[in-house]
Amino acid sequence: MSMLDVVDLEVWFDLPGGGELHAVQGVDLAVERGDRLGLVGESGCGKTTVMMAMMGLLPSNATVSGQVLLDGVDILAHGERSVRSHRWVDLAMVFQGAMNAFNPVQRIGRQIREPMELHRTASGAAARRRTNELLEMVGMPVSAADRYPHELSGGMRQRAALAMALACEPRVLFADEPTTALDVMVQAQILQQLGQLVDELGLALVLVTHDLPVVAAVCDRATVMYAGRIAEQATMDALFHDPRHPYTRLLFASTPDLYGEEPVVSIPGSPPRLDRPLTGCPFAARCPHAFDPCREQQPALATLAAGHLAACHLNTRAGVTA
Amino acid sequence: MNSTEPAILEVRDLVTHYPVRRSLADAVRGRPRRSAHAVDGISFDLRAGELLALVGESGCGKTTTAQSLLRMVEPTSGTIRLDGRDITHLSQRRLRPLRRTMQLVYQDPYESLDPRFRARQTVAEPMLVHGIGSRRADRRGLVDELLERVGLTPPELYADRYPHEMSGGQRQRLAIAASLVLSPRLLVTDEPVSMLDVSVRAGVLELLDGLRRESAMAVLMITHDLSTAAHFADEIAVMYFGRIVERGPARELVRNPRHPYTKALLSVVPARDPRRRAVPRILQGEAPDPANVPTGCRFASRCPSVTDACRLVDPALDDVSGSPGHEVACIRSEELASDSAGKVVTT
Repeated sequence: MSMLDVVDLEVWFDLPGGGELHAVQGVDLAVERGDRLGLVGESGCGKTTVMMAMMGLLPSNATVSGQVLLDGVDILAHGERSVRSHRWVDLAMVFQGAMNAFNPVQRIGRQIREPMELHRTASGAAARRRTNELLEMVGMPVSAADRYPHELSGGMRQRAALAMALACEPRVLFADEPTTALDVMVQAQILQQLGQLVDELGLALVLVTHDLPVVAAVCDRATVMYAGRIAEQATMDALFHDPRHPYTRLLFASTPDLYGEEPVVSIPGSPPRLDRPLTGCPFAARCPHAFDPCREQQPALATLAAGHLAACHLNTRAGVTA
Repeated sequence: MNSTEPAILEVRDLVTHYPVRRSLADAVRGRPRRSAHAVDGISFDLRAGELLALVGESGCGKTTTAQSLLRMVEPTSGTIRLDGRDITHLSQRRLRPLRRTMQLVYQDPYESLDPRFRARQTVAEPMLVHGIGSRRADRRGLVDELLERVGLTPPELYADRYPHEMSGGQRQRLAIAASLVLSPRLLVTDEPVSMLDVSVRAGVLELLDGLRRESAMAVLMITHDLSTAAHFADEIAVMYFGRIVERGPARELVRNPRHPYTKALLSVVPARDPRRRAVPRILQGEAPDPANVPTGCRFASRCPSVTDACRLVDPALDDVSGSPGHEVACIRSEELASDSAGKVVTT
């Protein structure tokens, strides 16, 4: 048992015109204290949905099954009732695009205090002191507490969002594309800050992003998702140097590298629709190595080495590698 | 680059200032009006078939540069020549026939495409406006040809789709098709792939790459993504605070940066390979206020290698010796040539 275990998570969304979208299909994750895990994939792969399910923040048209175990206790067992006491207290998140995460007409300080007051971890003068402490922790001047969100630069807003997430001393911090909208220098500042805080506070970090180099810079291991399922899970080093799923290899090959000599490729086609049943491997239609079993049978997520899992038929066929 | 061929675009000492609103209190006290120096004296040439990447952080003036070239904002001074013709202060009416020769592809195709137009109408619209293809059948043929050219094949599969029925990559291809209708000489693209999924970005960039080679078109790509610029551009110009501080052949600039700002910028670009991490030189703070231009070098306030002389001398772009086509605006670039910032270490 890990600190945080996700067991066989499934998420369906009811679609307005009837029908269902199977957004997350049997995802397992294990997160330990001090872990830095990347949850990687492209739009629609289910990475954000997995995170929102763990936070109990999915919209009302979502149906969730599976378990999210915190110290072995299922926090989703009684829906909002059971997850509420853990949200922000044990599990917190930094949203994508911090401008939208803040209320535009409230000062930053008040918004950072809000989770503390909601969960009664601090109030009044103590909450104010804690707010100042948090602002300093994320590298902001204390005076920023009196500012409105629009008065801060993008980088400063992202720092403020980080301060808000840390308000109740969570154990797990989710960061959803925390630097996507930022310039590369500000991104470097934020990632450095994030790394420092994770170390100092002994947090577990789950970085949700499409950006493999950012994951390589921050995380030790990553889970690559495709079409709602886990395609591969390994250390970042193994994912780059010894990928065992063609999608992982192609995702790296389609990411330009500053000093890379080889041409940047694109993956033809697009991910399958998740509102209809799927036979076989979801990546088969775009996979350069697909053979008959790929179109007929869904590959299981198999353990290939300690900590290295992949869902690809090529690994079970002798003499072929991804 | 073939320097004997006349440039499609010739920019000399381009300056674009925006007025900054003066507070009532300042107006009463008689304080002077201030202006933000968005673009402050930049020069470059673009020839047929060339792809120049203009890189820099937000607020460095790269987007204002593009908007000035396209005359979407009024340049304060300097000259812009398109195919040898000075268009800097041409009236909008006289500019209109020239508009077809310069086209802009936006970052977000979802916003630039009319949601009520099918792909066919989106591509045919500029033909109607500019009177191309008088007969309907001609236009139809041209639309199919363009859709095919941008990789929306077979065209009959895509021609009747609305933007919401297409993927992000397909929409950006459609936007490019619409910009090609008028056979432009200059294509300006502002972060053309940053909204797209990683796996389809290369396809759109390859399309731009192929188009400029085939159609003798010049492409100016505005981007903050140095890795993309390194792969797809011939030349990179790095902007800081309204100026080009360094420019040169893309690979040369990335492997042998000479400006402390370029070095810092390159040092913080994350690498794909977790074993290969550069020694990051993280600059603190953000770019200074463009309404307060310092004397001396504009980068002095954040430069890790600053000296007293830097605060006095405003450096001009100078040739880097032994590196053809490579220019840098730093008085210390020679002595800092062996500086290790941004050098890659393999662990």
